[in-house]
Amino acid sequence: MDTRTSPAVQQYLAALRTLLALTAILGLAYPLAMTGIAQAAFPGNADGSFLRRGDKTVGSDLIGQAFTRPVLVNGKPKTDSDGNPVVEPDPMYFQSRPSAAGTGYDPLSTSASNLGPENKALIDATRQRRATAAKLDGVAPSSVPPDALLASGSGLDPHISPAYARVQVPRIARERHLSQARVRTLVNQQIQGRSLGFLGESRVNVLELNLALDELGG
Amino acid sequence: MSDTTAGLLQVGLLIAALAACYRPLGAYMARVYESEHDTRAERVLYRVMGVDSKADQRWPSYARALLAFSAVSVLSLYAFQRLQAHLPMNLGFPGVAPDQAFNTATSFVSNTNWQSYSGESTMGHLVQMSGLAVQNFVSAAVGMAVAVALIRGFVRSRTDRLGNFWVDLVRSSLRILLPISVVGAITLVALGAVQNFSSGTKVSTLAGESQTITGGPVASQEAIKELGTNGGGFYNANSAHPFENPNPFSNLLEIFLLLLIPVCLTYTFGRMVKDKRQGYALLAAMTVLWGAILAGISILEANHPGTALNLAGASMEGKETRFGVAASSLFATSTTGTSTGAVNSFHDSFTALGGGLTIFNMGLGEVAPGGVGSGLYGMLVLAIVTVFVAGLMVGRTPEYLRKKITPREIKLVSLNILIMPVLALAGTGLAMGLPKPKESILNPGPHGLSEVLYAFMSAGNNNGSAFAGLSVNTGFYNTALGLIMLAVRFVPIVLVLALAGSLARQQPVPATAGTLPTHRTLFVGMLVGVIIVVAGLTFFPALALGPLAEGL
Repeated sequence: MDTRTSPAVQQYLAALRTLLALTAILGLAYPLAMTGIAQAAFPGNADGSFLRRGDKTVGSDLIGQAFTRPVLVNGKPKTDSDGNPVVEPDPMYFQSRPSAAGTGYDPLSTSASNLGPENKALIDATRQRRATAAKLDGVAPSSVPPDALLASGSGLDPHISPAYARVQVPRIARERHLSQARVRTLVNQQIQGRSLGFLGESRVNVLELNLALDELGG
Repeated sequence: MSDTTAGLLQVGLLIAALAACYRPLGAYMARVYESEHDTRAERVLYRVMGVDSKADQRWPSYARALLAFSAVSVLSLYAFQRLQAHLPMNLGFPGVAPDQAFNTATSFVSNTNWQSYSGESTMGHLVQMSGLAVQNFVSAAVGMAVAVALIRGFVRSRTDRLGNFWVDLVRSSLRILLPISVVGAITLVALGAVQNFSSGTKVSTLAGESQTITGGPVASQEAIKELGTNGGGFYNANSAHPFENPNPFSNLLEIFLLLLIPVCLTYTFGRMVKDKRQGYALLAAMTVLWGAILAGISILEANHPGTALNLAGASMEGKETRFGVAASSLFATSTTGTSTGAVNSFHDSFTALGGGLTIFNMGLGEVAPGGVGSGLYGMLVLAIVTVFVAGLMVGRTPEYLRKKITPREIKLVSLNILIMPVLALAGTGLAMGLPKPKESILNPGPHGLSEVLYAFMSAGNNNGSAFAGLSVNTGFYNTALGLIMLAVRFVPIVLVLALAGSLARQQPVPATAGTLPTHRTLFVGMLVGVIIVVAGLTFFPALALGPLAEGL
């Protein structure tokens, strides 16, 4: 019997050796080297752009948060039929966009709603969110901008439009006993324009805005 | 500045960046593939691999080596995922279920990167970087190897040799994809993308809630995910995730990376066939199609027809604030015109017709400008169809690049063109005909058909993006889409290699007054026409029942 490996078997062994060798280069050396360089050159970015207040990490500059509070019934947190706590917008803070990531802004479960433009669920949600936002901010329903009504792609969108931030100014000023002018100035300071004047859209980072708002007190 | 002006400037900057790289990178790639010289590191590597880098292969040997490498890749990636629980850096995740592991293995090896899993809750760091991301490199390299073998078929004459698969694979990976990825990854981190091995950091939010900030070697994977037109996101939200795509700069960089090689390969082609105008003609056809689809999607998304979007006042469902409508439309056009499938916004929530255009873009066969390698060989196949059609009109034997297009070539090309629509449409029909797969649909009405059609078009073109409302982690979708991804990747590859072998054997025919010049505007127009007619006739009925029924 011929004990030499057949050409076909040799071919597959070569394929396996090739995959292993390329894995060592492209699957280990490359990502490890990139991590080393990234951690040396841009440690803050590479770790996740964490934001700190005092000695406490309060989140990431890039990852949005829900600014909600638990609904209390007789001093106890209200829960829904699944046992999850029911939350409502915290009027002391600027609100983020609707989120489809888990129960909202959950980085372990990033997602868009994927609802189509004619889906009744999205139509109803849009109507309801407009009414809720208008009531919360005490403005005409027509002045609530689109990003307040529609969920982002990641469910972690850290930004809102300048329009949505401005809509929330009177409510924040009222709740925090600050002048509207002061809050409006704060919003204006936090607006990031389009990069180079034409890339992407202008926006406001909600976590940064709320951190600055807490600095302002009220 | 108006939204329109800003959007146009954004596109202008992208085109300028691509134009600046077109000749240098295209010429560099030609040199990589034409060089007889192996570097010292490559010689060591070939010894480890146990292959003879000087062997010039016939097309069947080239195909067998490619298939052996891909088969071993599928099996290894399957085993890698199944054994995850026993491997380091698994973040506590169990092994991936058999049907999902099969789907993911076929998906990444076929350069599709369809994902029925959610990255942050399924895959540990080791599987991501040493399993999935490795295939991001080598599956792209396989596509480039096939494109180069086909170019050699045009360039060479009276030979049965097409080059060496192992050399083309290694050079594509190490001389082209790796260096650009290094630059891309570091730039992405500089712009804010993460690159670490954290298993998650728990923070207490301003509102007092607990939030786990995920980590991972993201930037290194993101760079090759775009450059190799792969598209598989580290996280479920893909390039909409701020850690993968933090700002409008990174967004434009990612679009640039996913278009870079498909665009520049047309220059490589022109240079290797010693007539650069031939490459420019293909690029012109690609650009016309890309520009037309971009205009369509951008206008539709900006005007947001659709009940919910009209109520809200903008097509911002599934779109990020930092990108907005213009940058999302640009990304959507580029990702479905290449075989990338990465998304910075969720196509399921686009306007009905805008979403329909993303499906149609894939239906063009992904040649605008197409995947890495696959875009070029796909376009060359369509160019052969075009000269054939032109030949029929005037009653001449068609020729392309001085090679005769005989019945054998036409058979290979026709089979190549037929396989994608047959599988995509049959798969859609099967899913709609069976009771169970329909339960995966999220959106009711015609949009539900669009979701299923999108899934099979995406798998059928090795794209990988989705109308993600469809729940595809089921035995049916994992299996059916997995098999389709393998078939539409590797059957055309074998046919293209056979075509290359057939062309290489021919003696070039002299160009005469009756030869159709294939570098002129007339030819570009005919090529675009053929592509639209082939895709339009094939997919119009399905599109009429889905996106058109919903949007009109």
